[in-house]
Amino acid sequence: MAILRVKDVSKRFGGLRALTDVNLNVEENTVHAIIGPNGAGKSTLLNCLVGKLMPDTGSVLFDNSSVLGLEPFQINQMGISRVFQTPEIFGELTVMENMLIPIFAMRDGAFRMHAYETIANEKAVVEQAEAMLEEMNMADKREMSAASLSRGDKRRLEIGMCLSQNPRLLLLDEPTAGMARADTNNTIDLLKQIKDERDITIAIIEHDMHVVFSLAERITVLAQGAPLVEDTPENIRGNPKVREAYLGEAA
Amino acid sequence: MLGLNKKDTSLLIIVGLLTLLAPFILNPFPEGSAMAQFNAGYPDLMQRFVIFGILAIGFNILFGLTGYLSFGHAAFLGVGSYSAVWMFKLLSYNIIPAIALSVVVAGLFSLLIGFVSLRRSGIYFSILTLAFAQMSFALAYSVLSNPKFNLTNGETGLQVYADDPQILQGANAPDLPHLFGLPMRATYTMDVGAWSFDFNAGYYLCAVIMMVVFYLSIRIFRSPFGMMLRAVKSNQQRMNYTGLNSKPYTLAAFVISGMYAGLAGGLMAAMDPLAGAERMQWTASGEVVLMTILGGTGTLIGPVLGAGFIKYFENIFSKINDNVLHGWFAFLPDGLEDAVVFLIHPFIGKGWHLTLGILFMLVVIYLPGGLVEGGQRLLNRLKRKKTGTDDAPSGKTEPAE
Repeated sequence: MAILRVKDVSKRFGGLRALTDVNLNVEENTVHAIIGPNGAGKSTLLNCLVGKLMPDTGSVLFDNSSVLGLEPFQINQMGISRVFQTPEIFGELTVMENMLIPIFAMRDGAFRMHAYETIANEKAVVEQAEAMLEEMNMADKREMSAASLSRGDKRRLEIGMCLSQNPRLLLLDEPTAGMARADTNNTIDLLKQIKDERDITIAIIEHDMHVVFSLAERITVLAQGAPLVEDTPENIRGNPKVREAYLGEAA
Repeated sequence: MLGLNKKDTSLLIIVGLLTLLAPFILNPFPEGSAMAQFNAGYPDLMQRFVIFGILAIGFNILFGLTGYLSFGHAAFLGVGSYSAVWMFKLLSYNIIPAIALSVVVAGLFSLLIGFVSLRRSGIYFSILTLAFAQMSFALAYSVLSNPKFNLTNGETGLQVYADDPQILQGANAPDLPHLFGLPMRATYTMDVGAWSFDFNAGYYLCAVIMMVVFYLSIRIFRSPFGMMLRAVKSNQQRMNYTGLNSKPYTLAAFVISGMYAGLAGGLMAAMDPLAGAERMQWTASGEVVLMTILGGTGTLIGPVLGAGFIKYFENIFSKINDNVLHGWFAFLPDGLEDAVVFLIHPFIGKGWHLTLGILFMLVVIYLPGGLVEGGQRLLNRLKRKKTGTDDAPSGKTEPAE
């Protein structure tokens, strides 16, 4: 069953047609990659899924309910977590606090005035955060300020923060952009592990073909704002249309 | 203790002791001595220390935690004062209903202003709050003081007149602000040798209230709510994508700090039953910002220190005049004495703002973390010196003698 259905989504910015009638189904418990050359509309599509942009036409259904017109925090509360191209974490806060916040958000909803409680007394939340840090191999860094982490650790922390909410759909926007090879491989391993151990659907936008072909079970190729093909990695690899659009004619 | 960790508890106790013993601490010089003008232990000034401390503590909950810089907190201060004086006029000189109403009214007022201003962030938010505060000032100064509807008594300032209803004022109750019969002006003076120490009822009332709200602010800082407010400052984007709605969080912080300001305004009126529009002017808002930054934004104790620092120097520097300077530099040859006095003259008396400005610049440039950072650096240096002489040779090797 498709957990995310994108139907006839179009988006224009002035004279530029960023997306034209995009149709896309992401099946539950799969890793679905969306690839395409620069300017293909990948980021625009992602922003339409999380409430940052409102498409001009079409519909986006998550688990059969529309996400259009909702605020990002409402979409997150439905079970969609997003990992950004550059890690978005709470830099001034400690690693532990970074992990506590999403767990509080999941337990208490979008707003709660818990001004007279102490964090230490919230034992269940603290334990959950500690377990998640353990899972991310970051327990020894819990008191560090998040801004002082390495790029790879920031990414790990961000993914951990998203996972701590047990999302049904995890959206990753070029998770390895700007990373060294070693960090990239670590991230791939982490994502593989997540995919194996959890009931989770992952939609990933990526430039790096190495990442795409190590993770994806389905691939959608976007070109000039419209889906070109959708298929398994094996078939995409040999598809001449994809080669032409994506890799350029010379390739 | 009281749900605080060890460090916070000791901070609370230290602040408590300092405020309790302030009449002694602030009066270190004997009466009549040349240094007596540096004493700050008289009731009026001590009250101002704690009242502005409350204002700055509240401001820090908004600015220190969420990073939203409000330039309109004087409006809440003024609204608090007006509400309190109205309670004096209508009910009685008892300060309890007056202070309660000033907190409530300031809370409602800040809800309104916050709701509109928080639609924007950064500099636009600051400008919106500034605009609101100036509008409130204009309202208080002229619009709401016409003969038909006189809410603020305009330029003269709102005060209690003999023909005011004061329906709950008992026959024997003091004719000035009091707490169930204990007048706020009541002062017990203790003379010890050449020293004289004033213990003022109003000061201790303000001090107790400050301790309570200081405790509450520590609780807020350490609560999950406080963590969310710091998250607002750190990364609103991540916050929204983590399922949190940052707007009610910032609005709650804004209203809380508005209520602190209202409380401060109410206490001001309780110490001196007069409310004027100048309390709402933008310079008053700017002063709170200065206090918080000078003391240390986002630290627990910083705002209180900043408030004390500014109020102390305002008082001391504005009291020094040319005669005092001539007295100090009398040992210099005449021409030189006049020259020195001439050079210092712009920085004292009415020119004390100049001194404050220079101090502020120095702190911001050399101690971005404010006085608290200064204190920490000093402590570290002392510690290093200690360990350095005790055992391990520190980084710098001293040449053997």
